[in-house]
Amino acid sequence: MKEFKGVHSILLVGVGGQGTILISKILSAGFMQRGYDVKMSEIHGMSQRGGSVTTQIRYGDKVYSPTIGLGEADVVIAFEKAEALRALPCLKKGGILITDDHEIYPMPVLTGAAEYPTDALERIAETGLKPIVVKAAEKAAALGNPRAQNIVLLGALVTAWNLDDIAWETLIEEYVPAKALDVNLKAFAAGRAL
Amino acid sequence: MGEKQILSGNEAVARGCFEAGCRVATAYPGTPSSEILENIAARYKGDIEAQWAGNEKVATEIALGASMGGARSLAAMKHVGVNVAADPIFTAAYTGVTGGFVVVSADDPGLHSSQNEQDNRHYAPHAKLIMLEPSDSSECREYVMGAFELSERFDTPILFRMTTRVCHSKSIVETEDKRDIPITPYEKRTDKFTMLPVNAKKRHKIREEFLVKAEEYANDCPYNVVYENEGAATGIITSGVSYQYSREVFGDKASYLKLGLTYPLPRRLIKEFASKYEKLYVIEENDPYLENAVRALGFDPVGKDRIPILYELDAQIVRESLTGESAAEGYKANATAPPRPPVMCAGCPHRGFFYTISKKTDKIVPCGDIGCYTLGASPPFFGMDSTICMGSGLSTIIGLAKALRMQGDGRKALGMLGDSTFFHTGINSLIDVAVSGANVIAVILDNSITAMTGHQQNPGSGRNIYGESVPSVDVVSVARAVGIADERIRIVDPLDLESMSSAIDDGVAAEGPFVVVTRRPCVLIREVAKEFAGRYCEIDAEKCVGCKMCMKIACPAIAFRGGKAEVFDRTNCTACGLCAQMCKFEAIAAKGV
Repeated sequence: MKEFKGVHSILLVGVGGQGTILISKILSAGFMQRGYDVKMSEIHGMSQRGGSVTTQIRYGDKVYSPTIGLGEADVVIAFEKAEALRALPCLKKGGILITDDHEIYPMPVLTGAAEYPTDALERIAETGLKPIVVKAAEKAAALGNPRAQNIVLLGALVTAWNLDDIAWETLIEEYVPAKALDVNLKAFAAGRAL
Repeated sequence: MGEKQILSGNEAVARGCFEAGCRVATAYPGTPSSEILENIAARYKGDIEAQWAGNEKVATEIALGASMGGARSLAAMKHVGVNVAADPIFTAAYTGVTGGFVVVSADDPGLHSSQNEQDNRHYAPHAKLIMLEPSDSSECREYVMGAFELSERFDTPILFRMTTRVCHSKSIVETEDKRDIPITPYEKRTDKFTMLPVNAKKRHKIREEFLVKAEEYANDCPYNVVYENEGAATGIITSGVSYQYSREVFGDKASYLKLGLTYPLPRRLIKEFASKYEKLYVIEENDPYLENAVRALGFDPVGKDRIPILYELDAQIVRESLTGESAAEGYKANATAPPRPPVMCAGCPHRGFFYTISKKTDKIVPCGDIGCYTLGASPPFFGMDSTICMGSGLSTIIGLAKALRMQGDGRKALGMLGDSTFFHTGINSLIDVAVSGANVIAVILDNSITAMTGHQQNPGSGRNIYGESVPSVDVVSVARAVGIADERIRIVDPLDLESMSSAIDDGVAAEGPFVVVTRRPCVLIREVAKEFAGRYCEIDAEKCVGCKMCMKIACPAIAFRGGKAEVFDRTNCTACGLCAQMCKFEAIAAKGV
């Protein structure tokens, strides 16, 4: 892992029920073990019912604010394509975007009141940003558990953001139910390889 | 001993309660406070007796009773819950305590999940309570432990004021072992706890005297801290999470007076700090609570003239307001993400009710309440004209019915609330509906659980917070008991559209009070979810004519693609069958086992 001064910020975005909170728990536990100060912020309540959800993680030698502002995230991990688009203004210039190309249609799209941006990845690429596109939901489903999408994305983050000196497998074991451990470890390996 | 953990503010409060020897904890669930009691129940069973109360007033009184009996106790609630609990809180300030007694007020600046963003710091001077305001999880643990001690030392309940970002942010907490705090033997103290005017007069005097002592303490206590940075020309007075934002923005370039004990305010300390700096900022969320106090001392700080009074702050807002420096530039793509509002889940029983009433707007005026069903206010149902507070769904209709009658509007006022809200304060409203003979329809959407806040048990659930079987209260029996005759009560499955519709029609046709109870458990209840696991509806593309009737129920599992409707999300579809009832072409059938 590269050494740094100050604070790094990771923003996770998705749709209620996608498991953003589990990987943010694993990430913060890992950063704490590594000796960093860590803060993580999430919002519960109304947002759980299929709304957009965000989890913010900040780590470094000393962290004050638990939240990330516009243009301040070093990494954005999007569990859903339209959410990647929504979170884009939070990504720092030169930051990393890891996104699933998975689509979940919000109610206004289902009812025809709004259009889904199927070309989100192309539009994102036009900004000069090269998103790391991970077919995490698809990969997890192929492994037999669609819910392991989050762990595939964790694996991709560990590779892309160079976080390999933390014992993530041990933490996954600690945080996922025993019966789902095997598929989650496979999901992590799959994410690492992408 | 000395173990490091990452905890949310709510988890840290639970931990602090455990370590401080708290014995009784109660709450009514409400975002962002709910996880305090859930964690106490899940982690410290045997040490702390946890109990969901029917509402916040009852929670406060249970905890006060435990304190009177000598046990350290805590009652937790969201900000608007304190309004409900204000009655016992104000008088408990006179009685004081025996065992330490803490009331948690979890405020929601930014209205993430609330009907208002009231700033409950004002309650502390109003009720004359000592107030503590933690700024992160570590302080949540430390302060709540201190709160029990301060409560006993100054013979007062403590207002423990948190905000959404403090409740739901996680940070590192160093925990220790539980302290051995003996329970104080119960002693009859009518002079202290029987608030007849003669006793209350004396207790008010004692309260004022204690407040003077508490302010002396506040001037020199571990909760109010000065961080001086050499050469800094700017002094910042702040509290709670605003301290974290201030420090993020100004770092070592300013000095800070970080206030953790914010009532009574340490006026001497504030004066000493404020007089040292050329530039004085008061940084706080929502109301100018600290700023007004600083102004009253003769200073002229920069505060709400530059920092927004609305919504929650963050580092960026603080930076922009005070330095004029705008936000860092992120990326901007030439495309817009569609809005993604929260919606009723696939299979949600409320959907059948809202579809039904959306077809009867010429006959009814619907009034709503607080819960998952408030989502029925959104398109395409537009299912409520009002939502005020817990219980109001069944009482606002009494007055509305009068006003409609006075203007010759023939529509019937229909009030709705959920089972938990009914038990919270809706029961009182229904009593008034019954005894006043109001010409209204009162609908209780009974899904057997407090769903919106994360499935807490309520008096109708038949389970307590530990999942143990307990007696349950039946909504229909309550309606009968308050005087609603059987012929004025309909019990329906809200997913059976025909019965649902005729129940509302019967209510419209009736004169006087009419009660409809919709009964079907929330689909997210684990045992319920097991029943339909693997089941889903399928739309036969051959038979689908693309009429979009099934889209009218706004189910998140159904999409309209290429001129046809399709159940695209089989995982979340519960085969509830509502879409099949909408389809005139028999194109939809339940599948799976």
